[in-house]
Amino acid sequence: MNRFLLPLSIFIVVLVFLGIGLKLNPREIPSPLVGKAAPDFSQPQLLEPTKVFSPADMKGKVWLLNFWASWCSGCKTEHPVLMDLAKSGEVPIYGMDYKDQRDEAMTWLSRWGNPYPVVGVDDAGRVGINYGVYGVPETYVIDKQGVIQYKQIGPLDSETVEKKIIPLVKQLEAQ
Amino acid sequence: MNIKWIVLIGLLFLSGPVWAGEARPLADDPANEARLKHLAVELRCLVCQNQTLADSNAPLAEDLRREVREMIAKNMSDQEIIEFLTARYGDFVLYRPPLKASTTLLWVGPFLLVIVGATALIITLRRRAGKVVDVPVTEDEHRRVEQLLTEGGKRP
Repeated sequence: MNRFLLPLSIFIVVLVFLGIGLKLNPREIPSPLVGKAAPDFSQPQLLEPTKVFSPADMKGKVWLLNFWASWCSGCKTEHPVLMDLAKSGEVPIYGMDYKDQRDEAMTWLSRWGNPYPVVGVDDAGRVGINYGVYGVPETYVIDKQGVIQYKQIGPLDSETVEKKIIPLVKQLEAQ
Repeated sequence: MNIKWIVLIGLLFLSGPVWAGEARPLADDPANEARLKHLAVELRCLVCQNQTLADSNAPLAEDLRREVREMIAKNMSDQEIIEFLTARYGDFVLYRPPLKASTTLLWVGPFLLVIVGATALIITLRRRAGKVVDVPVTEDEHRRVEQLLTEGGKRP
């Protein structure tokens, strides 16, 4: 009995570690930007190219910054969730059109609907780099002081919105 | 087989190099290019996570190479460039993670495993050595061995 106890316990420990490893998502890299000031930018707007969009305009508000692109399939998956959230009026979602073609982005928005009050254009992907974006869609929750409080990597789903985003937004609004 | 065919086949062979495009140089200045190469092999592409920034063709890797190239042109030090990237993407961009509280297991773990394994090996070997009992060989047995050996030698 004693002979098998040691190998068995080692096996169980290895099993537990492998089990944890299976549940980890290697695509989700913790962002060092959470808790730091949202990087500044000044980008032309998609719908009104003569105007600029800058996070400085958003001071004093809790808002979401959503990086998306018309070529991104995850953005299509996420889109109905964003539409619902925009309709609910809980929090404004500002868009950043990441490395996209202007006309294709406009077609995408007119076909599927536009949840964003304003969309900035990041055609060179520089704003994306400053925000540590490595795959769209990515969504940031930014507080009244302009500090990033949460980063969602990959498409938002209604569960994440209900259980994480909305409670966090309410808590930040109360501050 | 006339001359036309030979020329045609010859032309086919010539067309090979035309198709093969040269890899685009990383930077215009050879010194900068060397620095970019040196840096890019230390940095991880975040899209194809097992490739370095130098190897990857992902659009993000291209953008990051452009960004690093521009920082090199601005005469920023390697340290500053690495800080720029880790501030945005975390230690994950580094192929060699720094030694920190959160990474001690990563750095020390293999050595711990070697120590544990070596200790277990030494303990089992010692235990086994204790178990082997020296069995004395009697005169009778010696004679039998001798006999068997000589008989064995006589066999065809």
